[in-house]
Amino acid sequence: MRLLLVGTSHRLAPVEVRERVAVDPDGAAALGARLAACGEAVCLSTCNRTEVYVAADDPAEADRRVTGTLAEIAAVEPAKLEPYLYRLGDEAAAVHLFRVAAGLDSLVPGEGEILGQVKTAFERGSPGPLLGRLFSHALHTGKKVRTDTSIAESPGTTSSAAAALAAQVFGDLNGSRIAIVGAGKIGTLAARRLLKRGARLTFVANRTSHRGVQLAEQLGGAAIPLERIGEAIETADILVSSTSAPELVLTSDLVAAALPARKGRPLLLIDLAVPRDLDPAINDLADCYLYDIDDLEAVVQETLAGREGEFAKAEAIAVTAGERFSDWLAAREAVPAIRSVRERAEAIRRGELAKASPRLAGLSEREREAVDSLTSRIVNKLLHEPILQLKEAAAAENRSGPENRVEG
Amino acid sequence: MGAELLVWPALLAYGEAAVAYAGNVRRPGSLGLLATWGVRLGWLAQTALLVLQAERADGFPWSTWAGSLNLFVWLVVGAYLIWGCSPRFRLLGLAVMPVAVGLLGLSYAAGGTTSSTHIAWHDVLLVVHVAFVLTAFAGFTVAGGLAGLELCQERMLKRHRAGILRLRLPSLVALDRLTVATIAVSLAALTIGLVPGFARMADHGLDALMAGTLAAWLLYAAVLYLRVRAGRRATAAWLALVGLAAVFVLQLGLLATHVA
Repeated sequence: MRLLLVGTSHRLAPVEVRERVAVDPDGAAALGARLAACGEAVCLSTCNRTEVYVAADDPAEADRRVTGTLAEIAAVEPAKLEPYLYRLGDEAAAVHLFRVAAGLDSLVPGEGEILGQVKTAFERGSPGPLLGRLFSHALHTGKKVRTDTSIAESPGTTSSAAAALAAQVFGDLNGSRIAIVGAGKIGTLAARRLLKRGARLTFVANRTSHRGVQLAEQLGGAAIPLERIGEAIETADILVSSTSAPELVLTSDLVAAALPARKGRPLLLIDLAVPRDLDPAINDLADCYLYDIDDLEAVVQETLAGREGEFAKAEAIAVTAGERFSDWLAAREAVPAIRSVRERAEAIRRGELAKASPRLAGLSEREREAVDSLTSRIVNKLLHEPILQLKEAAAAENRSGPENRVEG
Repeated sequence: MGAELLVWPALLAYGEAAVAYAGNVRRPGSLGLLATWGVRLGWLAQTALLVLQAERADGFPWSTWAGSLNLFVWLVVGAYLIWGCSPRFRLLGLAVMPVAVGLLGLSYAAGGTTSSTHIAWHDVLLVVHVAFVLTAFAGFTVAGGLAGLELCQERMLKRHRAGILRLRLPSLVALDRLTVATIAVSLAALTIGLVPGFARMADHGLDALMAGTLAAWLLYAAVLYLRVRAGRRATAAWLALVGLAAVFVLQLGLLATHVA
């Protein structure tokens, strides 16, 4: 049985193509079930990729069916979809999935959402022994990369830097309260990142109530006029500001007045506006940490500089996992030969025992069982080394074989 | 074979942990794991050493100042181990483990790790008093380390140090909670330790060390009040550091006066 991957992603296809072949989790489950006729099938579909992993005895036939099905979903001729598809086989397919699970192939490298998506695809797909092992290894590799390297903690944008700083101050953001000042696009994006990590929106303070109400309804908080911002400071853990006001919208005195009610809880203030919304003197107040756009940019630059080494480490983990999987796959191919050797040896053992049975007639039942067990152990011990060598030879042959890339 | 031989694996493992923690700061990753295992194995070896000492002694086996130091190191490392296994607390290990190696080495050099002790206490009140006070001091030592880490992170956040995320520190809130929890537990242990001390005062009177310990109790109670009731997080953390200095002075006094 061979492993095959047919898919498309942000690396090869524009969004117009990706959205046509994208399927929701139910659709991915149905696709997996449909293609399982080839053997085993799991479909991973996210906003950046749609990939079908198949384990089949006839990879060419499986490829034809997967391509046909994807073209059917996209409602185009297979030939039109062809330029956007890549195909990988065996070890290359495994390494690819391990890189995907580790977040190394993501649009924003290191992002953590993909691991959950791989898990869902696995749980809802139609895996068998081969894809089961492949996806289990992928999930393990994804977790290992996140534990052993800091790629997931290295923000690549100012809004993700804001979210990472919030996590540095509060740890788990579950239940942390956010207040947004201004209904601008950048502030909303940063707030969404925080909400994604489990924080909840309390207030949206905006000059024009209409946009504030709209945003509050969208994100699940309450809209207040900008004049009541003091209330938000008393209760919020994180305040994100991005108005287009030409002057400061939040002074140090206003924040200082709200501090006694906070009882020493830290307050992280993110000022994404230019010109700045928040009085820089706020940073001098106890338990207040104010970051403006330049500070966040510096965090991004610093972490980007340190990321290269971490990515190299993550790549090495994915490649090593791929090689291990490939060895397992090769050893699996040796199973029929091993089974045949074992069956032959067992037949010889039984034959010899049958021949010797007249001479063993005088033995008791217990003594016969002892002889049977003894001969079994001898055969197993004799076969142990050759079977090990068979497995190793299969793995070595696999390692010295041609590249697994089918085409791409 | 003497039980004191067990001090070597403990010292070696603690030393390895201290070196690995230092390496982990430069290159985070597998060295951190080696450090954690060094702490665990060293602590197990030291536990075995203490068990053997206890088994062979006639009475409380850590009545010499060196023996008491041995017990103190075990308590400090034990308190650290509660959080030390988490990768984010490895920087705290860099503060704790070199001190542990130094103090255990000193204890060994002064004969605190031998299994035969000439002076063993049989006064239960004294044993309870010293054991609980030592436990509290060990907890305060770790709380001091946590408070130091918290203040260090506070400073980095205030100064917008761009590399803060690369250090993989525990969150500010987590450090604050752990400092408070450690102080609360240690203060409870100190309170229990003080009760037999008061009981013995009838015979021995209020000595300077007892007065100092009472002052430390008040100081740590003030830390808890400032943090929990008044919401003065940074002040409480600074005071916990002052408390750490006081604990070291008291520890020296305890070693010099209460033990032989």
